[in-house]
Amino acid sequence: MSPVNAVMRRELRSFFVTPMAWVFLVIFLVLAGILTFYTGDFYERGQADLQPFFVMHPWLYLILVPAVTMRMWAEEAKGGTLELLLTLPMTLWQAMLGKFFAAWLFIGMALALTFPIWLTVNYLGSPDNGAIFAGYLGSWLMAGSFVAIGACLSALTRSQVVAFVLTAVVCVLLILAGQPQVMDFFSGALPRRLVNALAYLSMLRHFEAIARGVLDLRDLAYFLLSTLGWLIAGVLLLELKRVR
Amino acid sequence: MVREGPEDFGSLPIMLPSAHPVAAPDTLGTQPATTPFMPTQRNLAASLRYIAWNFSARTSMIETERLTRRYGQLIAVDALSIRAEPGQVLGLLGPNGAGKSTAMRMIAGFLAPTSGTARVCGHDVQREPLAARRALGYLPEGAPSYGEMTVREFLVFIARMRKLGAEVGRRRFDEVVGWLQLESVLESCIETLSKGLRRRVGLAQAILHDPPVLMLDEPTDGLDPNQKHTVRRLIDAMARERTILISTHLLEEVHALCNRVVILAHGRLQADATPAELEARSRYHGAVSFSAAGSGVSQEMLGRLPQVAAIEVDPLDGRVTVFPKPGARILEPVEQLLREQGLEVSEIQLERGRLDEVFRQITTVQERAP
Repeated sequence: MSPVNAVMRRELRSFFVTPMAWVFLVIFLVLAGILTFYTGDFYERGQADLQPFFVMHPWLYLILVPAVTMRMWAEEAKGGTLELLLTLPMTLWQAMLGKFFAAWLFIGMALALTFPIWLTVNYLGSPDNGAIFAGYLGSWLMAGSFVAIGACLSALTRSQVVAFVLTAVVCVLLILAGQPQVMDFFSGALPRRLVNALAYLSMLRHFEAIARGVLDLRDLAYFLLSTLGWLIAGVLLLELKRVR
Repeated sequence: MVREGPEDFGSLPIMLPSAHPVAAPDTLGTQPATTPFMPTQRNLAASLRYIAWNFSARTSMIETERLTRRYGQLIAVDALSIRAEPGQVLGLLGPNGAGKSTAMRMIAGFLAPTSGTARVCGHDVQREPLAARRALGYLPEGAPSYGEMTVREFLVFIARMRKLGAEVGRRRFDEVVGWLQLESVLESCIETLSKGLRRRVGLAQAILHDPPVLMLDEPTDGLDPNQKHTVRRLIDAMARERTILISTHLLEEVHALCNRVVILAHGRLQADATPAELEARSRYHGAVSFSAAGSGVSQEMLGRLPQVAAIEVDPLDGRVTVFPKPGARILEPVEQLLREQGLEVSEIQLERGRLDEVFRQITTVQERAP
């Protein structure tokens, strides 16, 4: 078995040994339901699609992904197991990927467990199931970006709380990057071109089309590349800790 | 450790040195030592192979060269050069904060050296980290392990990480678990175990892949005397087939386990010797101490013996220690004198030397002259 696989399985198991994973799943599912039906006006819209459901996902991930990723490296650094893990015969990349995949798969599981809402919309009308599938896929890719941010920032500190807060702050900045409030804030200080470039970093901007069920290659590339970028940053951070 | 050489060296005109640590193939002994060296093609290839084998066999199991680690201004390990030869138990001794753990972390590849190199079984830990780590079993300080896992899950995880494969993994698992007597706690969570058991789990983790080199960072620290005894017995048993580097600040451990000692203070190497050599540096080496009723009378007589340098009396129990002049042997003359004096000696002892005294002497010199 490859080290990536072994690390991933260990991480997944350790999620479910503690009650945290179950608490997370329940909160995720309850919040997804509440946000969709109350805030998203699922019924009142009178449309057989899952757009109100998907639109809420960035905000759901904002709270819940940091909770999953905060312990990833911080806990190991604090408990001393980092020394054990990183002196086993594997590269930092393999360790990072194993942990990343575990958290990403876990979010995927939570996402899959929202299937009753898909059953509901199919019962109520005849939605475009292709678009719904695309929405799920896009949402999971976006979750990957969030998880990678958390993985990177958890390597920065020994404190899980600090890791949580840092991840949440970075995530909220990235979600809101294209929003007027944030753009106004930066437009005074930065050149116009840079502000426009910042807007392209917005998670919401790239998720908007996906929520409607449109998979644009540029959006997919955005999520995949940002995932990769944050993972690289995380590995560099771990290497820096070794050398520092 | 017995290593096997390459199957065939061809007709080699080279005699093996008799003190060679590895088993020499039989074919070599049949060659007369005086055969002139003829570099035929067959010969050349064979001698290259022989040289390579010989070189690898002579490579130290652990070797550091001017290994240095800085944390900003602080130099945690300063140009440390040590080697551990096959079959050795090398004790890394030093007060807390001397740089023992930092040195070990660099050898294990957890920390990168600021300068210098470290090699495990000939593999540079920076350039061939995976090969070096495969050859090494490492017990970090405090024996960290995943508390939420059961012992079985934890060891299975390590077996997977070490890529032991199903069959070998199961065999080694059974061997190690049996040997460290972990059968009864296999299904318990590690965090519920006692400190001694957790240390044993850590040892199991370190030797699961049957490494030729073992590195243990303070393996008995924080254990009670019985647990210490158990862990020491285990290490002693492991030492028969492995090279072990063990760090400690406990002196009794050196006597119990090590056949060579490296003393560190302030990140620098202060001594590299056998325990006996260290004891010989002690003021007490070769001294004779005895307890006797009314020994006060004889002190003057003892002082007149030509071999005696000094006499000390313990104010608490009245035990007399007689120090010899350098190189002198004083047990017999002292005994004879005591007999002549007609003293009732309840106990008499020839001192080997006190490691704690030597240790203090070596590790505190630096502080006075920074």
